[in-house]
Amino acid sequence: MAAVRVEEVLAAAEEQEAEKRRSVTVEKELELEFDLGNLLAVDRNPPPAAGLRGAGPRREALLRALARDNAQLLVARLWELPAERAGGAGGPLVARLPEPAFRLPREKPPPRPRPPTRWEQFARLKGIRRRKRTSLVWDEQAKEWRRRWGYRRAGGDPSRAWLAEVPEGADPQEDQFARLRREKRERVARNELNRLRNLARAHRAGTGTAAPAAPLHPTGHQSREELGHVARVARVSTASLGRFQPRLPKEPAEPPSRSGGRKRRFEPLLGNLAAERSRQLELLRDMGSKRPVLDITRAVNKQLRQEEAEATAAKGKKQSQRGKRGRRQQRAGRSAKKSGARRQQQQQRPVGSGTGSGGGKRK
Amino acid sequence: LIYCYRKPKTKRAKRFLEKREPKLKENTKNAMLIKGGNANLTVTEVLKDIYAVKKPFAVLYKKKNITRPFEDQTSLEFFSKKSDCSLFLFGSHNKKRPNNLIIGRMFDYHVLDMIELGIEKFVSLKDVKNSKCPEGTKPMLIFAGDMFEVNEEYRRLKSLLIDFFRGPSVPNIRLAGLEYVLHFTAVDGKIYMRSYKVLLKKSGCKIPRIELEEMGPSLDLVMRRTHLASDDLYKLSLKQPKALKPKKKKNISHDVFGTTYGRIHMQKQDLSKLQTRKMKGLKKRPAEKSTEDGGVSPKKSKSA
Repeated sequence: MAAVRVEEVLAAAEEQEAEKRRSVTVEKELELEFDLGNLLAVDRNPPPAAGLRGAGPRREALLRALARDNAQLLVARLWELPAERAGGAGGPLVARLPEPAFRLPREKPPPRPRPPTRWEQFARLKGIRRRKRTSLVWDEQAKEWRRRWGYRRAGGDPSRAWLAEVPEGADPQEDQFARLRREKRERVARNELNRLRNLARAHRAGTGTAAPAAPLHPTGHQSREELGHVARVARVSTASLGRFQPRLPKEPAEPPSRSGGRKRRFEPLLGNLAAERSRQLELLRDMGSKRPVLDITRAVNKQLRQEEAEATAAKGKKQSQRGKRGRRQQRAGRSAKKSGARRQQQQQRPVGSGTGSGGGKRK
Repeated sequence: LIYCYRKPKTKRAKRFLEKREPKLKENTKNAMLIKGGNANLTVTEVLKDIYAVKKPFAVLYKKKNITRPFEDQTSLEFFSKKSDCSLFLFGSHNKKRPNNLIIGRMFDYHVLDMIELGIEKFVSLKDVKNSKCPEGTKPMLIFAGDMFEVNEEYRRLKSLLIDFFRGPSVPNIRLAGLEYVLHFTAVDGKIYMRSYKVLLKKSGCKIPRIELEEMGPSLDLVMRRTHLASDDLYKLSLKQPKALKPKKKKNISHDVFGTTYGRIHMQKQDLSKLQTRKMKGLKKRPAEKSTEDGGVSPKKSKSA
């Protein structure tokens, strides 16, 4: 008896809960897709087209009912988010939104990291780090802490400096104040020039790397190299591969590369049969002969001579360079030079020498 | 500011330029609302209402501008550069295209997408005599209709509308302040845009019951011409820098049921020195200890 009563009680409680929730539940064929970061809900159910066709208040009522259902579902989802009371116990209930999921295009392209300036490269090479300077400096004359530069600076107002000493070895007739002013102007001009040079370098580096990503920038943003490259590609994109394209009045005539940019050439399949036979016989002869094709003594001598030359060059460089970073850079440079030389040597050798000199960097 | 040939001479100018330069996390997009050469009353009212909805992230130009966006985009791009707006709404009217509205967005101050919509019916903010919600409320956006998923142009339109009406991107939101809903329905080749004010009613449980009240601009739109960006330009504009990707926390994994598992890496333990449970009954008594040690008892035995 008691068990049945318990079941009844539970069933009644569940019904009460369901009754409460009935006012906030909405039945939909397809579930909505939510993006709570954007407060967005997408309903993929096809709306009742028949009802919405006729204009008038009925359409408005239908649209409003649809909107109410969708809004109810969206608000239900938002209320389920983790919420807390902002500003103490009595503050408003604030929910933490997740990151917006819907991918929207950016306003501007993402910022490119600018290449380091000439000074920054040098500082990195030498290991120079920036010293944090104090903002206030002790001024002996005024006996107080003054700022390093700017209004009421530590060294006194430079425009009111009434004395300019003539340095040793300078012309006594020279106007020192004029000299100081001239030097300041020169310093400012040099600084500006360097800044513009760094900017130009950064801009050049930027266009060089960005060009392949998007083939053509919009008009006004195109660089000379980009246009040249595109013009070249356009010329070759004709049926006769640009052979009969007329050139513009001042365009220089480009020598035609028969392979069209490809460096390897293959012999035609059925060409000179006699040449092919002789080539195959020669190959067999070389394979069968006892004498090695690679003259090891000659190769070794060549390599030794090259190494000696590099060693003398490096020694000279080492004496001028100072600092740990310099030595490290130099070592990297040396190995690069060495592998380059090895590569060159391999090309000079006949085709048969596969081993080459001591396993240098191969392409 | 990085690529500025002319360095700003005042702090105010520097702040101005810094606001406009490309950043990792971008500003909220501004919209510019422009009137065309012959804009009639309907179109002007629409622009004014949308400005009221999008304040303060919108600029409404009062004068008429004689341009045709679909033919020549340079004038729009110039405006965008001057006012730093990446969304625009251009209204015009002529016999061939009555009550025309061109909604579009920019990428890097060049036109990305443009969609021309015709206004069939318009009910303005002041025609609906209900209470309005405060300016600058972040609206809830709802899109109904399978056309928004199936048709490519409608999909772009959906993306454009979300971009336009989204507002600032916020980490938290006050639950009682969810007052504004923009509902877009695509049916029968038409798009119905309705705005409602949300009233939260008490229901039995925690989640409130929603009642909607008609408020604000309602538009019946029909799609006309489109000028959509090519696929690769669109993909380029969607690209986000890697720094914005959320960093994955290592050694934490989740399973299907929502349980979080963590991994701890420990050094090898010396099992002989393990601290196990202390069983007092099994403790070695002093007598037992002495027999183990081989008969060395604390009491000295007297030898005669």
